Amino acid sequence: MLEHYLSLFIKCLFVENLALAFFLGMCTFLAVSKNVKTASMLGIAVIVIQFITVPANNLIYQHLLKKGALAWAGYPNVDLTFVGLICYIGVIAAMVQILEMTLDRYFPALYNTLGIFLPLITVNCAILGGTLFMVERDYNFWESCTFGLGSGIGWAIAIMALAGIREKLKYSDVPLGLRGLGITFITVGLMAMAFMAFSGIQL
Amino acid sequence: MNANQKKVLTGPIFNNNPIALQILGICSALAVTTKMETAMVMSIAVILVTAFSNAAVASIRLQIPGSIRIIVQMTIIASLVILVDQFLKAFAFGISKQLSVFVGLIITNCIVMGRAEGFAMKNEPGISFLDGVGNGLGYSAILMIVAFFRELFGSGSLFGVPILTLSREGGWYEANGLMLLPPSAFFIIGFFIWVLRTFKTEQLEEA
Repeated sequence: MLEHYLSLFIKCLFVENLALAFFLGMCTFLAVSKNVKTASMLGIAVIVIQFITVPANNLIYQHLLKKGALAWAGYPNVDLTFVGLICYIGVIAAMVQILEMTLDRYFPALYNTLGIFLPLITVNCAILGGTLFMVERDYNFWESCTFGLGSGIGWAIAIMALAGIREKLKYSDVPLGLRGLGITFITVGLMAMAFMAFSGIQL
Repeated sequence: MNANQKKVLTGPIFNNNPIALQILGICSALAVTTKMETAMVMSIAVILVTAFSNAAVASIRLQIPGSIRIIVQMTIIASLVILVDQFLKAFAFGISKQLSVFVGLIITNCIVMGRAEGFAMKNEPGISFLDGVGNGLGYSAILMIVAFFRELFGSGSLFGVPILTLSREGGWYEANGLMLLPPSAFFIIGFFIWVLRTFKTEQLEEA
C-alpha cells in the first residue's frame, strides 16, 4: 500500500514532471526564473497551493460533481462534470485569497516575501493542470494528496534548476538574437531531455 | 476597415507576437503541437475564446467594480471554455481526448487573461473583438509553424497525409523520433525567436 503512494510520489516528481514533461506553468516558469532566490520563493508558494487545491478539488469532484456522486442527496443520475472547470478555478482563486489573508494575519514575514507571487499563482496553469490531471486519472483522496505534493515539489525543483542555469548563463557569450527568451527556451529543451532519462522507470 | 483596426488585428501576428515577444500562453503551445490537426483545433478554440471574452469583458467594462474584476473576467472566460469543451466532446470526441486537459487550460492561458485585462478593460467591444482575433491569430501562427515541423519530420506527414514516405513503409525517410517528444518544441520555438529577432532587430533584449 505504502509503495503505491511512494511510487506515485516519485513518478510525479521526476517522470511526469509538470513543468518539463507537460509544459505546465510555463509563463511564470520562464518569466520568474532570473535568479534562484525568487524562483525558490515561487516554488514554495506553488507547493503549498498545489498541496491544498488538488485534494480540495478532489473532494468536490468525488462528492458533488462526478456522475452518481449526488446519490446521498437523492439525485443518483445527476452528472455535473460540465461545470467542473468553473468550480476548480473558483476554488483555486478562493484558496489563494484565503492563504494570502492567513499569511498576512499570522505570518507577516512570510507574507512579505511571498506577497507578490501569490496572486500570480491563480493563473499558473500548473495548478489548474494538476487538478485536471487528478480528475482525468480519477485519483482517490489520498492519491490526490500525494499527487498534489509531488507535482508541486517537481515544479519547484524544475524552476530552481532553471534559475541556477540562467544565473550562470549571464557570463556566456550568446548570439545576439538568441539572448533572453531564445536561449532560455533552448535551455529548457535541454533540461527536458535530461529529465526524459527518468521516463520508463517503473517503481 | 480603417488603419487602426487593421493594426490591432495584424500587429500581434509578427510585430508584437504574444508567444515570441510577450511570453504568454506558452504551455499549450508546446503540448498540442505534435500533429497539425490538434494544433489547428486548439488554435480555433483559442481564437474564439479570446475574441468573445474580449468582446464580453469590453461590453460590461464600465459596470465591473475594480476590486473583483479578475474573478469576473475569469468567470466569463471559464464559461466560454466550458462551451468549447462541451462542443468538442460532442462533435470531435477523438480530438477532445487527444487534447485532454489542455482545452480546460485555455482558462489559465495568459493570452486570454492578458488581453481581457490589458485591452478589453479600456476599449470598445468592437475593437476588443478584433484585438482578440488578432492575438489568437498570433498564437495560432506559432502553433501551426511548430506543428508543421514536428509532424513533418516526426511522422513524415501533414494533417495525417503522408508527405515523406517512411522507411518502415518502404520509403526513404527515417522518422526523427525526437520531434515527437517534448524537448523539440522548445528548440523549435527557441530557433523561431532567433529567426524573428534577426529580421526584427528592435525586439532584441539586453541580457
